[in-house]
Amino acid sequence: MNQELFTVNNVWMMVATILVFIMHLGFASLEAGLTRAKNTVNILFKNTIIPAMGLLTYAFVGFNLMYPGEAFTGGFFGLSGLGLSLPEGWDTFNYNEGYTFFTDFIFQAMFAATAATIVSGAVAERIKLGPFIIFSTLYVAICYPIVGMWKWGGGFLDSLSTPFYDFAGSTIVHSVGGWGALVGAYLLGPRIGKYTDKGMKAIPGHNIPMAVIGVFLLWFGWFGFNGGSVLTADPGTVSKVFVTTSIAGAAGAFGALLFSYIKFKSYDITMVLNGILAGLVGITAGADLMGVGESAIIGFVGGSLVVFAVVFFDKVKIDDPVGAISVHLVGGIWGTLAVGLFGDLAGFSQVMSQLIGIGAVGVFCVIFSFVVFYAMKKTVGIRVHEQEEVEGLDINEHSMRAYPDFATKE
Amino acid sequence: MKKVEAIIRTSRFEVIHQCIAALGVKFLTFYEVKGMGLEHAKIEKYRGVAYEPAFIPRTKLEIVVTEELVEPVINCILKEGRTGQIGDGKIFVTDVLEAYRVRNDDKGADAL
Repeated sequence: MNQELFTVNNVWMMVATILVFIMHLGFASLEAGLTRAKNTVNILFKNTIIPAMGLLTYAFVGFNLMYPGEAFTGGFFGLSGLGLSLPEGWDTFNYNEGYTFFTDFIFQAMFAATAATIVSGAVAERIKLGPFIIFSTLYVAICYPIVGMWKWGGGFLDSLSTPFYDFAGSTIVHSVGGWGALVGAYLLGPRIGKYTDKGMKAIPGHNIPMAVIGVFLLWFGWFGFNGGSVLTADPGTVSKVFVTTSIAGAAGAFGALLFSYIKFKSYDITMVLNGILAGLVGITAGADLMGVGESAIIGFVGGSLVVFAVVFFDKVKIDDPVGAISVHLVGGIWGTLAVGLFGDLAGFSQVMSQLIGIGAVGVFCVIFSFVVFYAMKKTVGIRVHEQEEVEGLDINEHSMRAYPDFATKE
Repeated sequence: MKKVEAIIRTSRFEVIHQCIAALGVKFLTFYEVKGMGLEHAKIEKYRGVAYEPAFIPRTKLEIVVTEELVEPVINCILKEGRTGQIGDGKIFVTDVLEAYRVRNDDKGADAL
């Protein structure tokens, strides 16, 4: 390995890190756009605190939980100390051909907070700020890195006879967030007025342009999320991943467009936006394994599933204002399963391994989220008072309005 | 003096205003309003749920004029504001007891 190639690899990994960073702005914009004006400060506050908290906790404990070292190979849990300690030769290709120790850390740290950001959309407009931050911190600091270790840290999912495969985190990032979102939205209950005796009520998001900006920022960032997960700047693999990622996102748009039109008889941009994201989530598990046609199928099915999932979750009265559960959980499960159905690893034993991974991660995340949310629900409470919810979380939790000059009183 | 209040289609505001200005009326107030009437709002759909917005947006004009301008102003609104569809709006006329100009002590018609 020569120094020039090492430098190129490392620079690409840092660029990918920057791209993943901007996804946090994407989540913030999307979630603010698809919720009401009276809760905008609150949703932006959560989306601001989460990446900040994610970086700090990942430095303190997350990185060491997720990559505890070879001593824990094949295990369920490992911890190699607290804080960051530089290994010998951390800034050379002896550490890794693709990156230095610090590049490794910061790329992984940017991923960490995304799992909690996914939850914030599903529980929006009714969760108390404090309990949400406590949940997010525990989820990002403990749950996410333990699950990540199972695969990316050399744990038991990586040691199956046919190893579980998740290239950039359909399960390990997106489904982890999705399970937390599902449990949170279930325990909180729906927003006031969403499901009435006369049927379901629309609660339109207040800023569609902001939602569009958010999704384009997320798509933009996904080039780093998947492209960086190659872990080197290898031209063939990175360019292939760019293509599979884009094709899947594009096909997701059309899947959602087709089925939302058939079901709702309207061109609903929020569904198309969710469809793009579901396509991107879907390809994430196998972005380096798929051909162009297979990527299109995975994206299209992901985008289609979103429409049915949104309708389904509304039917069972799990209120998800931004569609996070449909996008990240349903899309994540589909994408992870797709690794066994399409592409270079397709086969029955791979399907079984994928199911084991989906199941193990699901059980752990659901139990973890349930325990944390339920404990808080029974003690400090997780939901704001009815009056606060009606007036808006901005003025009650933050004594502030997102648009003070345009405010109307409810 | 009389006050002419009119609820009009926002899309007709420009032409109505041009017609009234041509009469020599220099003073008028208008604002965006919401309300209900005979018309039904266009159905909106959001993530598969269809709903009828509770209010219809309109523009409200408020014009205080001398007696001889009342009829011409009303004719402007009737002529330029009419599309023939439900929802063209309404006009109300009331007496005004007195008017003052804040800058000086002008009263009545001089204050307009």
